[in-house]
Amino acid sequence: MATDQVIFKNVSFRYAEDQPWVLKNVSFSIKQDEWVAILGHNGSGKSTIAKLMNGLLFPDEGTIYVHGIEVTPDTVWDIREKVGMVFQNPDNQFVGTTVRDDVAFGLENRGVDREIMLNRIEESLKSVRMTDYLFHEPHRLSGGQKQRVAIAGVLAIQPDLIILDEATAMLDPRGRKEIMMTVNDLREETKVNLVSITHDLNEIVGADRVIVMNDGEIWLETVPRELFKQEESLREIGLDVPFTAKVTNRLKDTVDFDQQPLTQKELLDQLWIFHSKQ
Amino acid sequence: MDISFKAVSHTYQPNSPFEYRALKDLSFNIQSGQFVAIVGHTGSGKSTLIQHLNGLLKPTSGEVMIGGYRLKAGEKTANIKGLREKVGVVFQYPEHQLFEETIEKDIAFGPKNFGATEEEIQTRLPKVLEAVNLDAKLLDRSPFDLSGGQMRRVAIAGVLAMEPEVLVLDEPTAGLDPKGQQEVMDMFYRLHHEKGLTTILVTHSMEDALKYADHVIILEQGKKHLEGQPEEIFVQKERLKQVQLDVPEEIQFLMDLKTRLGISITYDKHSVDDLVREIKAQIGGGR
Repeated sequence: MATDQVIFKNVSFRYAEDQPWVLKNVSFSIKQDEWVAILGHNGSGKSTIAKLMNGLLFPDEGTIYVHGIEVTPDTVWDIREKVGMVFQNPDNQFVGTTVRDDVAFGLENRGVDREIMLNRIEESLKSVRMTDYLFHEPHRLSGGQKQRVAIAGVLAIQPDLIILDEATAMLDPRGRKEIMMTVNDLREETKVNLVSITHDLNEIVGADRVIVMNDGEIWLETVPRELFKQEESLREIGLDVPFTAKVTNRLKDTVDFDQQPLTQKELLDQLWIFHSKQ
Repeated sequence: MDISFKAVSHTYQPNSPFEYRALKDLSFNIQSGQFVAIVGHTGSGKSTLIQHLNGLLKPTSGEVMIGGYRLKAGEKTANIKGLREKVGVVFQYPEHQLFEETIEKDIAFGPKNFGATEEEIQTRLPKVLEAVNLDAKLLDRSPFDLSGGQMRRVAIAGVLAMEPEVLVLDEPTAGLDPKGQQEVMDMFYRLHHEKGLTTILVTHSMEDALKYADHVIILEQGKKHLEGQPEEIFVQKERLKQVQLDVPEEIQFLMDLKTRLGISITYDKHSVDDLVREIKAQIGGGR
């Protein structure tokens, strides 16, 4: 159990007693050092899972453990030491008047020493490549930069787990790319656990594992390569595979693929091999 | 309605320390019945441009013509209310603007404001409900009881109920899941053709611009960077790169197919099925 960072055990949740269940008997676990993507259509329950993970909500049935601690109203402050969260709207999560103050906020709340604080601010801004913006006003940054500062603010408190709750949904393509690069950097440079919540299958390519939600239930737990094969059934639950996967899936009766390509480059590599043998 | 921008500039808070030039000497023409995509990054001037289309903003220099309406600095536009009735704008996250007690009242708010009679509104209601695929049974419900996707449909129905001739769409699919995105875009595409609308789509999605538009304008820092048919614009990799835009996925794939495998397929709004059929025919093995 020591290696399981997050455990959901038969978790059910609804927002009010006369409302339908948002999550129905959901069980899964996330291992240390894993990046897990939680995927689903609007209203599938994926964001509710995020809110349950750091005690913004509590389950009506079942139990949740984060880093060995059960999430309850009594433990919520311990949990939030370990779980950092980045939300969808970049404009709703700033408190500081400069980038530096904003990243400092979480540290000040925890009474971290000034020396350590300065150090952590620098380190975390470096991780998201925003050191040049120390004294900029957050609201004047681009969407992608804002989200990177938000990620830095979370990194500074050194959580074990970072949840990105549709953190790219309101960004333009350039901002999205920035965030995906940042997340990939974090994967390589830190040991932090990542949970990313999205409905965009282009954003799960780098994840170790995917949990697909549908109408409050786990529909499938798999890896990105496997998921990309399931074009038809994904469409039935309101999701869509990337262009690369669509092309691949239609070429399968002609081309022998070693494995399902995740990127255009992988697809082209395999097509090149096939073509050169003809 | 034909739309033309002639050397339009717009400066916010001129002659103050906060002066900001959002549009710079912008000229273009949109013909009645065209589907035009306006593409650009945050800060490129897209939102400022949109607000000129129904007179929420006026140029600080130059002039905008929309049908017979003229917007010009220092000049009072005759009958601007008439312009706003003809140009329907679906702003970003339009569901945030819902406010009425019932869905019916919310949809009726716009047309009522422009003097439509109760009778007229009642004949328009079923049409717009059908267009956005909402059940008439919902009319008495509060719009706030609906899901996000349904709320957006109600907001769009409110714009359609004014029976505009020009439809301006500002990132209409933002925040929707893939199925919702496709449903909303297909709906606008259908309406565009059925009603002979002039449609202006502001989008970040190169893929949507390629798929739906017959004319594309790319903005960068308030200026026009490129303009033309999507098939011409979206192959100009270097020019797009200058403004940090990517070639649409499918076009990039076709380019790479050519350079790496020598397979030459010209982009022709293929469906994926058709595209793969062509690849099979050329790659060998598809006998």
